[in-house]
Amino acid sequence: MTDISANHTGLQGTSSDVVAAGLPRRNRKQSLVKTFGILAIGFAFLMLFILVGSLVLTGYKAFTQTHVTLDVFIDPEAVPADKLPRGGFNDVLASALISHFSDVDMTSRTEVRAATKILSNGAQFALRDQVVANPGLIGQTVTLTVPVSDTYDQLNKDLIDRDTPEQNRLLSNAEIARFDILKDAGMITKPLNTGLITNADSRFPELAGLRGALVGSFWALLVCFVISFPLGIGSAIYLEEFAPKNKISDFIEVNINNLAAVPSVVFGLLALAVFIGWFGMPRSAPIVGGMTLALMTMPTIIIATRAALKAVPPSIREAAMGVGASQQQVVFHHVLPLAMPGILTGTIIGLAQALGETAPLLLIGMNAFITSAPDSPFQAATALPTQIFIWADSPERGFVSRTSAAILVLLAFLITMNAIAIFLRNKFERKW
Amino acid sequence: MTSFAFVILAVAAVLGYSLNWQAAAAIRSGGARLHSLTGYHGSYALLMVLVPVFVVILLWIALQGSVVSMLTMRGLPAGTTDGLDDGAVQLILAEIRSLAAGRVFGTPEPWKLKAAENYVTLDRTFSILLLVVVVLLSAALIWVSRRRVSAAFRARQGVERIVSGLMIFCSLVAIFTTVGIIASLVFETSKFLSMVPLTEFLFGTNWEPQIPIRADQVAAVGAFGWVPVFMGTMLITVVALVVAVPVGLMSAIYLNEFAPRAVRAVAKPVLEVLAGVPTVVYGFFAVLVVAPFIRTWGQAIGLDVSPNTALAAGGVMGIMLIPFISSFADDALSAVPRSLRDGALALGATRAETMLNVLFPAAIPGIVGGVLLAVSRAIGETMIVVMAAGLMAKMTFNPLDSVTTVTVQIVTLLIGDTSFDNPKTLAAFALGMMLFLVTLVINVFALRIVRKYREIYD
Repeated sequence: MTDISANHTGLQGTSSDVVAAGLPRRNRKQSLVKTFGILAIGFAFLMLFILVGSLVLTGYKAFTQTHVTLDVFIDPEAVPADKLPRGGFNDVLASALISHFSDVDMTSRTEVRAATKILSNGAQFALRDQVVANPGLIGQTVTLTVPVSDTYDQLNKDLIDRDTPEQNRLLSNAEIARFDILKDAGMITKPLNTGLITNADSRFPELAGLRGALVGSFWALLVCFVISFPLGIGSAIYLEEFAPKNKISDFIEVNINNLAAVPSVVFGLLALAVFIGWFGMPRSAPIVGGMTLALMTMPTIIIATRAALKAVPPSIREAAMGVGASQQQVVFHHVLPLAMPGILTGTIIGLAQALGETAPLLLIGMNAFITSAPDSPFQAATALPTQIFIWADSPERGFVSRTSAAILVLLAFLITMNAIAIFLRNKFERKW
Repeated sequence: MTSFAFVILAVAAVLGYSLNWQAAAAIRSGGARLHSLTGYHGSYALLMVLVPVFVVILLWIALQGSVVSMLTMRGLPAGTTDGLDDGAVQLILAEIRSLAAGRVFGTPEPWKLKAAENYVTLDRTFSILLLVVVVLLSAALIWVSRRRVSAAFRARQGVERIVSGLMIFCSLVAIFTTVGIIASLVFETSKFLSMVPLTEFLFGTNWEPQIPIRADQVAAVGAFGWVPVFMGTMLITVVALVVAVPVGLMSAIYLNEFAPRAVRAVAKPVLEVLAGVPTVVYGFFAVLVVAPFIRTWGQAIGLDVSPNTALAAGGVMGIMLIPFISSFADDALSAVPRSLRDGALALGATRAETMLNVLFPAAIPGIVGGVLLAVSRAIGETMIVVMAAGLMAKMTFNPLDSVTTVTVQIVTLLIGDTSFDNPKTLAAFALGMMLFLVTLVINVFALRIVRKYREIYD
């Protein structure tokens, strides 16, 4: 104490002097807090940037696919017309391909097999389908464009480094040389990978596509919408407009709030035990997936609908009541139509969440390996997020970029849905 | 076949509507004054047909499979299933069903073929029976509602009664769901506990859920102690919170008090985007970018880093939780009354002092509620850990080690074959039960804190 008073000899400092003396320190503290805040926001931005950036960087290469164009002479001896759809399509392709290579001995099966590894496994089926559709092609030369196999696709996209020592590389020098022959002959093209959307799943990365997953997700979301939309709106209208304020309504409300926070994997357990175990519904089917997602989406729709109903001003209700409408007429003829934009916005956001939901679908088996798109919600299928999970787990290198590409497709859908929701909100929502 | 039932139902409902509408219109044109509008008379018939018949069709579809199976099994030659346990009986049934669906493998025994034939016949009989029932029931309901049409009939009240019944049903679905969750978890968990003692599950420190394929297998006994699994979950949760809480809170403080309007207008949607990214995407991000990054840097400074560290899974989970915590904290800060803020500023506090000494303490309950909800999300989060965390249960506090979590175990135990009669699959339900209970307690607690806090200032 004595020290302090000793410092203040002479004029006693006014309180504003004391404040002024402390100000730099306090301002420093303020800018420190601000800096931390900016750092925190910056961290979040950076993470989003890295997330999207890494997906785009790894994924964009999967939007093209290396193809090779071959002039294939369909030898009537190898492919007899009377034995279709069987025939030596592989041999026909092999001779068309190997005619370009001088270092391959046509009589050695192992050498031929090694050389034809350039072609995708699906090439022979593409040729077969073409010939079966038009048997007149036998004995003629057709120009066929087929995907190359995954390893060569990687090579063409510079994902395999030619400078790596040969023993550490997936392709030998001879194999690369053969590929370069084709490339120099202008037979290698890299068109847009339409197969990514139009093909169903496959073990071979170059043939794998998202068709099955997209159709499966479509069915699951349709089922989810058909169930959760009416149930959610009905429930919300009752709770908001009609329910007496008593213990039962309270209990229902608490229930809905809790359901919104139950881990998604628990809904998967519910679906597995009840829908599949007790009701005997089919495994891996989008109908079960959709029902599960509906249960998860319902709280979101209920909460959004209640908020939208609450936002309709009481004057509307009173006016309708005043001209003699019954309580239900007030709600269904006047309040609900005015609340519809808000309800639709909430529903679309809920469906977007459902589209990205993975864990419950894994438990009901929507991660099966299925090579065709389902025709109905009762057939086994995958969904977009589970397909991403399957591909992320696959060891083949080609699936890494395909997983990223699939994620970009999923994100594109989510962004579209959210954009529609925002558009609806801005366009139709009335401010009172 | 069953879709045909829905077609009949739709036709019947429209028919009922038009019959009642015409009847009511006829009365009106006869000069009488109707109590309800003709449209309500029509809607009354429509709902009277639609609701009960729809319920009947759904119940029928739900039950037909099991009834047909039961009858088929009962029709088997006497003594076929004697001495077989449940699993073997289910297997026979599955084989009969696949035969009935036309998938024949090898040469099945003749009695199975006969049973399959029986199954097909029964199935068709029941489907036709459904159509008959639908037609008769619809006709009866159309007749009943048509008979009720009169000038004095209060059709509108009738319609409104049915509609409010439907709405009450909709509200009850939430309760059914909760009951369904609890019932399925309790049922399967009790089966699990009849095979593994409760004390072992709750206090065992060893988690090795394998089951013997042959009876004489070495090391055939699985261990089902959930402690290491739970500890792994907590480790990852803690890592996630260490990332998410400071970043989330600081960004909320900045956005709430300091950010210029333009920054706020950009930052909020960006955080929403971060919140809207599906978890499977975060999982892939952890595997593709974060885990290799941590491994490379860890090894560069001479640390022993396992390929799927708790740090990678937890860190990415933390990124996922940033927007969650930030928006909760932002809401809590905004809910503090304006008067507190103005008072502090008027006393000469800087904005940082106002924030840290006045607003933040006042918002603490709401923030704590948000953090607790984030904890429950982290515990229940599945895809990130399934893809980025390990499978081996280990008791460790080292975030560079690989641990497993409750959700990872649930998913790995249930992917692939699932027969509901061995402790391995049932263990998943026991874990699910614990997961449900833990998150429920945290959620209820958190929601209570949030709600209580709101009451003080409103």
